Amino acid sequence: MILTIALRECRSLFMSPLAWTVLAVVQFILAWIFFAQIDNFFALQPQLQSLKNAPGVTDLVVAPLFNITSIVLLMVVPLMTMRLISEERRSGTIQLLMSSPLSMSQIVLGKYLGMMIFFTVFIFQIGLMPLTLTLGTDLDLGKLMAGFLSIYLLIAAFVAAGLYLSSLTDNPSVAAISSFGLLLLLWIINANSPNDSSGNLFNYLSLINHSNAIIRGVINSTDIIYFLLFIVCFLGLSIRQLDSYRLQH
Amino acid sequence: MSKTTLIKASGIQRYYGNSLAVNNLNFELHVGDILGFLGPNGAGKSTTMQIISGTLAPDAGQIEINGYDLIEQSTLAKQQLGYLPEQPPLYKELTVDEYLSYCARLRNIDKPSLPAALDKAKQRCGLSAVGRQLISSLSKGYQQRVGIAQAIIHNPAVIILDEPTVGLDPIQIQEIRQLILELGQHHGIILSTHILPEVQAVCNRVQIIRQGELVFNSEMASIDKSRHSQQFDLAFKAPVDDALLNSIDSLTLDKLSETSYCIELPDNESEADAALQQLLTVCCQQNWRLQQLTPRSRSLEQIFIELTTHDNSSGNDTAALAEKETSE
Repeated sequence: MILTIALRECRSLFMSPLAWTVLAVVQFILAWIFFAQIDNFFALQPQLQSLKNAPGVTDLVVAPLFNITSIVLLMVVPLMTMRLISEERRSGTIQLLMSSPLSMSQIVLGKYLGMMIFFTVFIFQIGLMPLTLTLGTDLDLGKLMAGFLSIYLLIAAFVAAGLYLSSLTDNPSVAAISSFGLLLLLWIINANSPNDSSGNLFNYLSLINHSNAIIRGVINSTDIIYFLLFIVCFLGLSIRQLDSYRLQH
Repeated sequence: MSKTTLIKASGIQRYYGNSLAVNNLNFELHVGDILGFLGPNGAGKSTTMQIISGTLAPDAGQIEINGYDLIEQSTLAKQQLGYLPEQPPLYKELTVDEYLSYCARLRNIDKPSLPAALDKAKQRCGLSAVGRQLISSLSKGYQQRVGIAQAIIHNPAVIILDEPTVGLDPIQIQEIRQLILELGQHHGIILSTHILPEVQAVCNRVQIIRQGELVFNSEMASIDKSRHSQQFDLAFKAPVDDALLNSIDSLTLDKLSETSYCIELPDNESEADAALQQLLTVCCQQNWRLQQLTPRSRSLEQIFIELTTHDNSSGNDTAALAEKETSE
């Protein structure tokens, strides 16, 4: 049942020009950045040769690419998730789901899974770029995988938050701007706290701290647990929200 | 004959903020019932529909659908019902086939039996020719049909239709009414509408709701029976002698204009016949040129207007009338 909803969601996404435009635009921008990073790498190469323990191509090309991808996602995910539930509320199709023999968690998980299928395509498409480097050089595959993991966790967290905010309103643009606001706030929440004070609450809440650590190749259970909690929390809130939607609307 | 109860709603109550939208609503629906749900705008029709279909939670009360409690066993109960909201819940970017298959899957129809269910629903709603078209490219009438197809694809015990014929042309309306009559033989149907002739054409039971309360509940057959009241409209081509008319036994006369009257016959059937006979005899003898003598029928429309336009001060009368009708 969850899969039925997910596949319908995915199909509708790919029927709209929005999904294709997002994939195309993001691909173009990230390709440009990828190209610039490689250019940069060639310029730096003579200096790197004289260094001991010099950073490799994975550090200088792939890691920055993933960093920029995460910033792009900050803007793209709210655009994609804004319609998840708010559009159904607006057009009345939510009545179809509500009057069908489904539980609210099935609806929420189905929608979530549908969006994750879309972003899996997205990651695959972005991931092809660094993988082309294997034709000419050796990559640090461990770090590359850590980068993928970080982006995937980031997307999973962003989509969960976007889904929740989309369930709060029947106006997709309100959902988009509030998701963007929430994610950006969580991104920069530790801006005023000194970086070294670990254990600081704001540092723990900050998305960027956790994702950057993984991109650097440090896979810490704290970071993984942070993302899992984040996802479970927002999915739980969405289910609750749909449940109470029947009471209040 | 005891019929299987499909819906049992008791004490439903629903507030919007401080205003009471639905107040203490009780009713039942049986197999073979086509229940017409009438009421002026804002009376709480759609709210009641939404509550029964499980898309809106009531503040108080209990609803059982085919024996399953809508709140406690919601998935089991919802499996038993098909619902067409006021606005058909369509994903316009899908084709009719894709959309209906999706709805069927949501209602737990397994893959092997899906094509048959899909074909049957399309054929019933006259959609066979447009299966591969995008829903957004269909006309309003066809979209409405897709909405109905969605509600019946899983062959539910209860079908709830909120204004199903809105936006359809007269021929389509006929077809949909035919479909409703056909479905009504094996299912229970609740039909909400503003169109009174529609209720008269398809329903076998009528409920009228006013300000969130049920004020009328009757079998269609008993309305038809009581339609012929004892009041007649009487009109002549030229003015006649009132005194002569008045002289007829047990005939109450009400002069409406120079040439037209409203007469009321006694309740007793033989007396009424005699009075009518006497009236006609007088007409013939005096050579009055009778133009009209028609019974005033108490149509559903009259009942509807009577019940829904009364202000609160006469609420007792309507309640009494409703009670009378219910007991019939």
